[in-house]
Amino acid sequence: MQTAKKSNVLKQLRIEKLGFSVLTILSIATVIPIIAVVIYIIYLGAPAISWEFVSAMPSEGMRAGGIWPAIVGTFYLTIGTALFSVPLGIAAAIYLSEYAPMNKVTQSIRLAIINLAGIPSVVYGLFGLGLFVIFLNFGTSILSASLTLSIMTLPVIISTTEEALRAVPQSFRVVSVSLGATKWQTIWRLVLPQAIPGILTGVVLGLERAAGETAPILFTGAAFFLPRLPNSPLDATMALPYHLFVISTQVPGMPIQIQYGTVLVLLVFVLIMDIIVTMIRSHARAKRQW
Amino acid sequence: MKENQTRNFEKVITRTIQFSGYSSILFVLLILFFLLSEGTPALFDVPLSQLFSERWYPIEGYYGILPLILGSLVVTLGASLIAVPFGILTAVFIAEIAPKWLQEIMKPLVELLAGLPSVVLGFLGILVVSPFLRDTLNLPTGLTALTGSLLLGGIAIPTIVSISEDALNNVPDSYRHGSLALGLTRWQTIWGVTVPAAKSGILMAVMLGVGRTIGETMTVMMVTGNAPILPTSLQALFMPIRTMTATIASEMGEVATGSPHYHVLFFIGIVLFLFTLLVNVIASNISSRKLKRSERILS
Repeated sequence: MQTAKKSNVLKQLRIEKLGFSVLTILSIATVIPIIAVVIYIIYLGAPAISWEFVSAMPSEGMRAGGIWPAIVGTFYLTIGTALFSVPLGIAAAIYLSEYAPMNKVTQSIRLAIINLAGIPSVVYGLFGLGLFVIFLNFGTSILSASLTLSIMTLPVIISTTEEALRAVPQSFRVVSVSLGATKWQTIWRLVLPQAIPGILTGVVLGLERAAGETAPILFTGAAFFLPRLPNSPLDATMALPYHLFVISTQVPGMPIQIQYGTVLVLLVFVLIMDIIVTMIRSHARAKRQW
Repeated sequence: MKENQTRNFEKVITRTIQFSGYSSILFVLLILFFLLSEGTPALFDVPLSQLFSERWYPIEGYYGILPLILGSLVVTLGASLIAVPFGILTAVFIAEIAPKWLQEIMKPLVELLAGLPSVVLGFLGILVVSPFLRDTLNLPTGLTALTGSLLLGGIAIPTIVSISEDALNNVPDSYRHGSLALGLTRWQTIWGVTVPAAKSGILMAVMLGVGRTIGETMTVMMVTGNAPILPTSLQALFMPIRTMTATIASEMGEVATGSPHYHVLFFIGIVLFLFTLLVNVIASNISSRKLKRSERILS
């Protein structure tokens, strides 16, 4: 009896050991490719990077020269997206966290946000084409593309901001209002400043996604090739992700080095955004007093 | 006087914020409206029987979207077969087994994968994955449904890992302690207690991961070969295929506004929208059911 029990325990422990090893191997097999991809891109892309590559216009049908207009274009699109989606997203999150009553309407708002988050990026492209490009007659432009990207980015910004606002203790609000501050004064002076790290994280993550997207800008603002930089929001623009798509599938005889160089620039951009997020988070964790 | 001003200002601000809150509903309705108004004319341009036939060849007026729908489903299924087991197991490992230092390495890596633009994955698919598959499996071309599935798996994994991991972390520690105190091993605790307790969160993670896969565009467009062939057997996995998303993305730029082709592309957009809506409704039902149960327990 005693020995049977003991051997059963031993068996379970052996199973546990085996299970843990298998899980460890599988999980590491899941993340190893990610590291491999990063090293691979850096290794093959680094030789292509030079000051000329990031600062010159493309030449010879994009087969030589730099990618400057694509970098500038992505920068414009990101700023344009931020101008619209950051204020609107934060305001919507304030409504949901501080004002919204528990009723059917609020439930519909939440359902709408979940829906927006799930809509495929190419469908956003169709919508942008229908509304901004054709109906509002903005044409294929930075404006149309930015507005399309903004709506796509909203759910990320709203949900992270709402979470950050809800994390601020209720007692802060109660004390502030009891001291005679109005609801808005409480939100503006007290709740928002406390929630800034969380909000920033959401904003950066949302914009990172927007900047890397191609499908929504395909028919709303991206240009195959432009000999000059865009000079108004109503111009079409080149953009890094779209440029990568173009040079890796649409242009025959594209030097491989330029392709890897472009990928590396995109990767560096993503890495920088991720590092910013990590820094905001750890800084906020260190400073938090509640 | 000053007090009055403050009160008016407060009113304006409250209204603005309220309107911003409602804006999400407005946007969903706008999206729906534009999809419907541009997509439903397809039903008048093209007879229904032809729309759901198996030949997609717009230049000659064949608008059968069946191969595209099935193409999307095949790639999504393939991606799920990869992403679901790997994603859930990785989440279990990170949440329950991995030592702290390994967690700190793995989490940012998964986040990095989530942040990689889909064109980057498509690019790697063209230059690395597809030649590899072509040579090892001895295929005529490496641009197949399988290539797309492998890469889309990589796109779904971060979603599945991070949401499942959250679900596992939300399981109260007392559950684990109770199980361990009864003499079960950690392994038995994980599969007998923790994972079942986090089941609805994990299911939701899977649904959202699948949702992302159906809607993914650039990667599939770059690596699946884009041949609108009706997949009929498992063999289709090793052949070129074309998804709904890739069709819209590659053809919308060349069609004349208002032509039948244009309307059909919007119609495909409606179909895609319905697919993702279905997935999301299932996912949010799972999560609200979970909420109700926990409310019952707490009350």
